[in-house]
Amino acid sequence: MGKTLAEKVWDAHIVRKGENGAPDLLYIDLHLCHEVTSPQAFEGLRLAGRQVRRTDLTLATEDHNTPTLDIDLPIADLTSRTQIDTLRHNAAEFGVRIHSLGDADQGIVHQVGPQLGLTMPGLTVVCGDSHTSTHGAFGGLAFGIGTSEVEHVLATQTLPLQPFKTMAINVVGELPPGTTSKDIILAIIAKIGTGGGQGYVLEYRGPAIEKLSMEARMTICNMSIEAGARAGMIAPDQTTFDYIKGRPHAPEGQDWEDAVEYWKTLRTDDDAVFDTEVELRASDLEPFVTWGTNPGQGLPISARVPVPEEIADENDRVAAERAIEYMGLVPGQPLREITVDTVFMGSCTNGRIEDLRSIAKVIQGHRKADNVRVLVVPASARVRLQAEAEGLDVIFKEFGAEWRNAGCSMCLGMNPDQLAPGERSASTSNRNFEGRQGKGGRTHLVSPLVAAATAIRGTLSSLSDLDLPAGVDLTTFDGSPLAPLDPKVLLQV
Amino acid sequence: MEKFTVHTGIGVPLRRSNVDTDQIIPAVYLKRVTRTGFEDALFAAWRGDPSFVLNQDAYRAGTVLVAGPDFGTGSSREHAVWALKDYGFRVVLASRFADIFRGNSGKQGLVAGIVEQEDVELLWKILENSPGTEVTVDLVNRTATAGDVTVPFQLDDYTRWRLMEGLDDIGLTLQHADEIAAFEARRESWRPRTLPAKHLPKIDIDAARPADQPA
Repeated sequence: MGKTLAEKVWDAHIVRKGENGAPDLLYIDLHLCHEVTSPQAFEGLRLAGRQVRRTDLTLATEDHNTPTLDIDLPIADLTSRTQIDTLRHNAAEFGVRIHSLGDADQGIVHQVGPQLGLTMPGLTVVCGDSHTSTHGAFGGLAFGIGTSEVEHVLATQTLPLQPFKTMAINVVGELPPGTTSKDIILAIIAKIGTGGGQGYVLEYRGPAIEKLSMEARMTICNMSIEAGARAGMIAPDQTTFDYIKGRPHAPEGQDWEDAVEYWKTLRTDDDAVFDTEVELRASDLEPFVTWGTNPGQGLPISARVPVPEEIADENDRVAAERAIEYMGLVPGQPLREITVDTVFMGSCTNGRIEDLRSIAKVIQGHRKADNVRVLVVPASARVRLQAEAEGLDVIFKEFGAEWRNAGCSMCLGMNPDQLAPGERSASTSNRNFEGRQGKGGRTHLVSPLVAAATAIRGTLSSLSDLDLPAGVDLTTFDGSPLAPLDPKVLLQV
Repeated sequence: MEKFTVHTGIGVPLRRSNVDTDQIIPAVYLKRVTRTGFEDALFAAWRGDPSFVLNQDAYRAGTVLVAGPDFGTGSSREHAVWALKDYGFRVVLASRFADIFRGNSGKQGLVAGIVEQEDVELLWKILENSPGTEVTVDLVNRTATAGDVTVPFQLDDYTRWRLMEGLDDIGLTLQHADEIAAFEARRESWRPRTLPAKHLPKIDIDAARPADQPA
C-alpha cells in the first residue's frame, strides 16, 4: 500500500522506531524559537549542564512581546523587556542565531522562516508555538511544541512522538470572487469543529488548493491547529519551488537539483489510504466570519447570529449561549449589522505581503469609517519594507490606518496593542477566544478582504457591500495571481 | 519528575467545554521567565467571579479537575500545565483533550486522563451534589473513583509508564545519542542550515511613532 505525504515525511525522519507502544524518535530539521516559550527551556539546559546540539538548525526571533511603535526605544513594559532580554542573553550564551527588534529579518517566526528560505518541503519544523503548522504549506511536517519539548529539541535535535492519524481535506471547485483561503479554512473548522482534527495531520488537497499561492496556502495550514490538528500539509508543487528559489537559504546548484527531484516525490500515493476524508466545495463558499468565542463558531457573512434554542446538542447550545453573551450579540441578529470598533490587519495568518496588497487594492481611494480604529501590522520587518517599496504604506495612511512595525501585536495582545474591555474587533488573525486580544475584548475572525470592507463601512462587510470602481478585477482577490514577496524587489529598496 | 501511582484529592467539576489555553492562563501571564509561581494566573478571567467553582470553599483545595470536552485547545503554551500544577492540580479528566496540551501534561507529570463523556457527567453530579468529595485516581489500573462510582480513563501505555517511573524524556533520548549521530551523518546536504547566516542586505528599519498614527 502506498503512503500519504505525512507518512513519507515522518518515515524519512525516524532515528529510532519505537517498540511496545513507545514513541518513534524523530529528527528535527529546523527549530524556531521566540521569547515566550523558550526561557524555561534554556534554563533547563543550563541547570542540566547541556548545550544546544545543533545551533545550525536553530533560529530565534522576537515577535510575541515586541511593541509596534517606538521600537528603537527601550521596551516600556518591564516584564516584556525582561523576556526579550532573556532571549537575547540565551541566544548569545548558547550560540543561537537571533533576529532582534530593529533587524530587517525580525518578525513573526512563521514569516521569518519562509522568507529566509529556511522552510522547505520534506522538513520537520518545530517551534514553541501552535501556529508552526503554517510551515506545512511547503509540504513538511511542522507542528507546535511545549516548552519541555523545546528543551528536548535544543538538547537532542529530536523528539519522541507517537504517529499521527491522517485526514484528507479535499477542496474541490473554484473559489468565488471575494473569497480567500481564509474563508476555506474558517469553513473547514466550522465543518469539522475545533476538536475535529485532534490526533490528525490534515492534508489539504484538490483543485482549489493547487491554485492557491504559497502565502494563501500558509494561511490555511496556519489555522490547522484551530481544528485541533497537530499539523496541516499541502503537497509541494511548482508554486512551492518558485517561492523558495533564490531566497537566502534556498539550496543552490546541485543541491537545488537534488532537492527538487526529491520534493517532487512528496505526494500522497494514489493507493494510499487516509484514516478520514472530508470534502469541501470551494464554489459554495461565501466570506466567512466568526460570531462566537472559538474559531469553529463561524458562519457565512450573510447568515445571522445563531439562536441557541435551535441547537440540538447540549454542549454546543450551552457554548453558544455563553459565547453570544460574552460577545454582546443578539440571537438572530444579521452578522452584517454588527458594528466593530477596531479592525486588525496582521498576524502569522494574514499579515503577509499578498494580504497587504489585496487589502490596499480594496481600500485605495477610500477613508476608513469614523467609528473604527484600523491597525496594520506587517508580519515581518521585510514585509513592511516591501510594502513601503510598493507604496502600500501611503495607501494605508491615507485611508486613516495606523501603519505599525512588525510582530504578533493584537493577535494575542501581549504587547500594548490590545482591545479594551467590551471593545469589538474584526481581525485577520486566528483566534477569537475570550480575552485573546485584551481582557473583555470581542473578536470576529475575518479574511483580509472582509477586514478591508469592514474598515470602510464600520460593520462586518464583504466586497459585495462595496461600490468598487469599474475596472477593478475581482478575480485577482482570490490570493492566487499575486506575486509572492520577491527578494529582488527587496534588493532595490 | 515526581513518580505518580495513586492520588486522592478533592474533585472540581468544571462544566465547560472548549476550555482553551487563553482561559487556563491568559497570554499576559506568559511574560514570566520562571517555571513556577503561575498559580495566581490559573483561570484568571474567571477567578473574580464569586460563582466560579474554584471560588467556592468546598472546591478551593481541589486537585482533580473534571472538565468538559476539548480541554486545553489553542496555543502550545506549557504555562497552562504549569498553572494547573502550581495551583495544586495533579489530574485533569475530560472526554477529549487538545493534543499539545495532553503532550505537555505528560512531560510535566500532570495526568490528563480521557473519560467517556457520560462518565464525566456522572462525576460532575457526584462532585456537585456533595461538594468536597475526594476523587482517587489510580494510574496503575487507570481508574478514577468518587464516592461509590469508579470510572475507567485512558492514558497511553508509554506516558503512563513514564509518569509511574518519573522519567525525564531528555535523559531517555540521550541514551540513543549514537543513533542520532548516525542519522545526522546520512542527512542530505540540501537541507537548510541557519548558520552561517545568509541575509538579504541589511536595511535600517524606521520605527513607527505614536505621533504619526491617526487619533
